[in-house]
Amino acid sequence: MPPPSKPLGDEFLKGLWKENPIFIQVLGMCPALAVTNSVVNALAMGLATCFVLVCSSFFVSSLRRFIPRPVRISTYIVIIATFVTLTDLVLAALVPDVHRALGAFIPLIVVNCLILGRQEAFASKNPVPRAVADAAGMGVGFAFALTCLGAIREILGAGTFLGVPLFGPHFEPWVIMLLPPGGFLSLGFLLLFFNALKQARDRRRAAAARGETA
Amino acid sequence: MSRQTPDLVLSTPPFLRQGQTTPWIMRQVLGALVPVLVMAWVHFGLSALLVTAAATAGCLATEWLFDPRRPRGRSLRDLSAVVTGCLLGLVLPPGFPLWMAFLGGGAAIGMGKVLWGGLGQNPFNPALLGRAFLQAAFPAAITTWSPQGTGLFSLHGTNLALPFLQGTPVDAMSAATPLARMKFQSQVTDLFPLAVGDVGGSLGETCGVVILLAGLYLAARRIFDWRIPVSILASTAVLSAVFHLIDGARFPPPLFMVFSGGLLLGAVFMATDPVSSPITPRGSWIFGAGVGGLVVLIRLFGGMPEGVMYAILLMNAATPLINRATQPRIYGT
Repeated sequence: MPPPSKPLGDEFLKGLWKENPIFIQVLGMCPALAVTNSVVNALAMGLATCFVLVCSSFFVSSLRRFIPRPVRISTYIVIIATFVTLTDLVLAALVPDVHRALGAFIPLIVVNCLILGRQEAFASKNPVPRAVADAAGMGVGFAFALTCLGAIREILGAGTFLGVPLFGPHFEPWVIMLLPPGGFLSLGFLLLFFNALKQARDRRRAAAARGETA
Repeated sequence: MSRQTPDLVLSTPPFLRQGQTTPWIMRQVLGALVPVLVMAWVHFGLSALLVTAAATAGCLATEWLFDPRRPRGRSLRDLSAVVTGCLLGLVLPPGFPLWMAFLGGGAAIGMGKVLWGGLGQNPFNPALLGRAFLQAAFPAAITTWSPQGTGLFSLHGTNLALPFLQGTPVDAMSAATPLARMKFQSQVTDLFPLAVGDVGGSLGETCGVVILLAGLYLAARRIFDWRIPVSILASTAVLSAVFHLIDGARFPPPLFMVFSGGLLLGAVFMATDPVSSPITPRGSWIFGAGVGGLVVLIRLFGGMPEGVMYAILLMNAATPLINRATQPRIYGT
């Protein structure tokens, strides 16, 4: 089907940038602040969330005609919880260290507002391909944002990237970056940065539009 | 536009103006800081000037970068960023790496002032917020008290650490501050070295007499409310005297408490920040008593040897509440 292919791509791309769950929608703050003290943790959290999001969106979208409206939220939760349990067990089996570091935040993906929000706002109203494209975009955007946060906090807080030392043995760690305030600070500065980018782009576009009409 | 002095002036109130402008006040504070800075130079050598300069540079750069108006830099002219930078530099230890001091200046202005909307909008003292950030970010470096310098041009090796790296300690010695000595070894330092500043500590906090004189000058010129420092010092002295009377062996005498650590510097230069302290006279007394009480409690019962910074920041947070509680009744209501 050539015609819907372009919208499908757009559904995917919007989650990466224009409607990025962290930087634009500011959803899913709990894992974004709690487990991003290293790149590995952030990436694992992002990928786990992405997997759960895509699978749940697939099922919610395909079952959307059979789910009674009054109990839809609980149905979504059951579907999401299935995949969260799956992820939890797989992570525990494959990467026990990361699983231990993420701790309670893996089960908490069940109540991640980003996932529930996508089911309610998108997957339950759209056909399967679009729902999956949307979920994949949002999930990848979420993982990207978490990795950005994790990279900033790990580089400044421990002087390493993915565990590789960057600054040699005399690095002075910014202890605050590994603590909860560091999460808030990094997120705040990232939001500032992306908003500044957006404003600059809007200004440039406005200037270009004025130039064309003038 | 034909006449320079019109007969009828049409304008809105206020008609009576005070001569005080922000740049004037800031110049007075800077003038009062000069002797403190000179004493820091005398005691700690060139390091004192470099650390203060780095902190000030961080403040100015951040103020410039986040100036909302174009062309940038107009908000630098009120000198408030310079005052913040000098104050921040004076509460840092002598061997502090310069890049950290620069970063602290950035945190002080960025998170302490610009974020809230600029001068006059910040709930916390920017210089102390910068120091609190540094304390949380680099707890080891900020509690490494290098000994006093051997001359006016002595420099600590750790000052020149490259960005992101820690200083290589050339002088492996460290000089415990009087408060740390009191806390961890129960030794009380004599009053005379405390008063003239012949002890370890942050750059500007050691020489009590000069700080008091600077405070007297500022109070005489009505730059700040004299009630705040008086109330801080009095409450600290009274509360610590009570503890000293209860158990003289465990709790230090009140004069030691007043002259040690950053209490004088904090009481004179930090707590009196007109933006983050209460505006009513009664509020000033309450604010000062709160700071003094918290300082004594943190120093005597807390985990850290010094508590002036957190005491002032906590009372800064309480300032809107104090202002509301002590608001005078409007005449006739």
